[in-house]
Amino acid sequence: MSKPVIATTSLAGCFGCHMSLLDIDERILKLVDLVEFNKSPIDDIKRFTKPVDVGLIEGGCCNSENVAVLRSFRKNCKVLVSVGECAVMGGLPALRNSIPLKECLEEAYLNSPTVDPGSGIIPNDEDLPIILDKVYPCHEVVKIDYFLPGCPPSADLIWEAVTALVEGRPLNLTYDMIKFD
Amino acid sequence: MSEIRFTIDGKACLAERGQTIVEAAKANGVYIPVLCNYEALKPVGSCRICTVRVAGRYMASCTQPVTEGMAVENTAPDLEDMRKSLIEMLFVEGNHFCPSCEKSGNCELQALGYRYKMMVPRFPYLWPGRALLAGSPLLMLERNRCVQCLRCVRGITSKAGRKVFAAVERGPHVTIEIDPKLAAKLSEEEARRAMDICPVGAILRKEKGFALPIGQRKFDHTPIGSDIEKGTGR
Repeated sequence: MSKPVIATTSLAGCFGCHMSLLDIDERILKLVDLVEFNKSPIDDIKRFTKPVDVGLIEGGCCNSENVAVLRSFRKNCKVLVSVGECAVMGGLPALRNSIPLKECLEEAYLNSPTVDPGSGIIPNDEDLPIILDKVYPCHEVVKIDYFLPGCPPSADLIWEAVTALVEGRPLNLTYDMIKFD
Repeated sequence: MSEIRFTIDGKACLAERGQTIVEAAKANGVYIPVLCNYEALKPVGSCRICTVRVAGRYMASCTQPVTEGMAVENTAPDLEDMRKSLIEMLFVEGNHFCPSCEKSGNCELQALGYRYKMMVPRFPYLWPGRALLAGSPLLMLERNRCVQCLRCVRGITSKAGRKVFAAVERGPHVTIEIDPKLAAKLSEEEARRAMDICPVGAILRKEKGFALPIGQRKFDHTPIGSDIEKGTGR
């Protein structure tokens, strides 16, 4: 029987959750035995090449590219997991959610102290993804099956969740595994 | 003082006359979660996290006195799920960015989220934009995290007995304001008490954040209420 296939991505995140995934230490050798990685920054596979069993999503959606990647994960993965506070609730990027987008862009690109006065421009190249009005948690864009809170979720929580999913057993959550910071 | 017999989830308990269900439960080693309730403050029953069921009726156990023969339901699955949904509503109703909050690890709302294994709120986020008040010399009021429990309004008074905090407006528009003149006279000790009385990170002492490292904070390793369940609660 072929091994379960995993894909991962970082949307509007900081890659801290991927770092936490790597923080499983020597269990990474077991992980290699247990699963096969497909599209992921870890193996640098850029496009889905086969159906995936578990997709791990880091980060929320702050622009049109995040939405497109998230939708492609939903299409190609049987199970999707929101990993970390940004995927679960928008996280620190969502600090901008109570500020109008225009104000955010003007502050960053026109009025910031490091902008040469009069020379600022709000990026509008057609090749750039369009920024969304708000940063959205993943489950407000596509159906998400499981959620792992934490900033980042501990390596133990990620390990427990991934192994439970690929082995098809219930999650054994301890108090120390659920943290929102 | 005469004693009253009652039960919580079938467990025989004793209460003193006039005790509320929450107080009596605590004295009998049973934890009922609370958020707006605070030791030595007159209960207001505003958050409803402590809701229990007695004879099919729902009541706030922080305001309801125990009566003889009362059979309290505390941990029925539907009650626990209702409490969890209240916690989730509080999370989506404000801006609760735990990773960047000074109160993280010591926050009662967060601790309730941990105790109830809240992996994600079932409600959509509302992202309010409430103004931060930073005018007082020792305190900041970050109202995006306020859960309107009114613990500060009830518990923090000046030496002359005047309220330092007040609730303005009602319903979804309610906000907490701080009396600038009284706030200017607060001592370091009173400011510390104001930050401690706030269950969340809405009242913050300036320049005092993140004092305890992760791992040593109040709820890092022990769930909220476990002191009561182990019988070590006051």
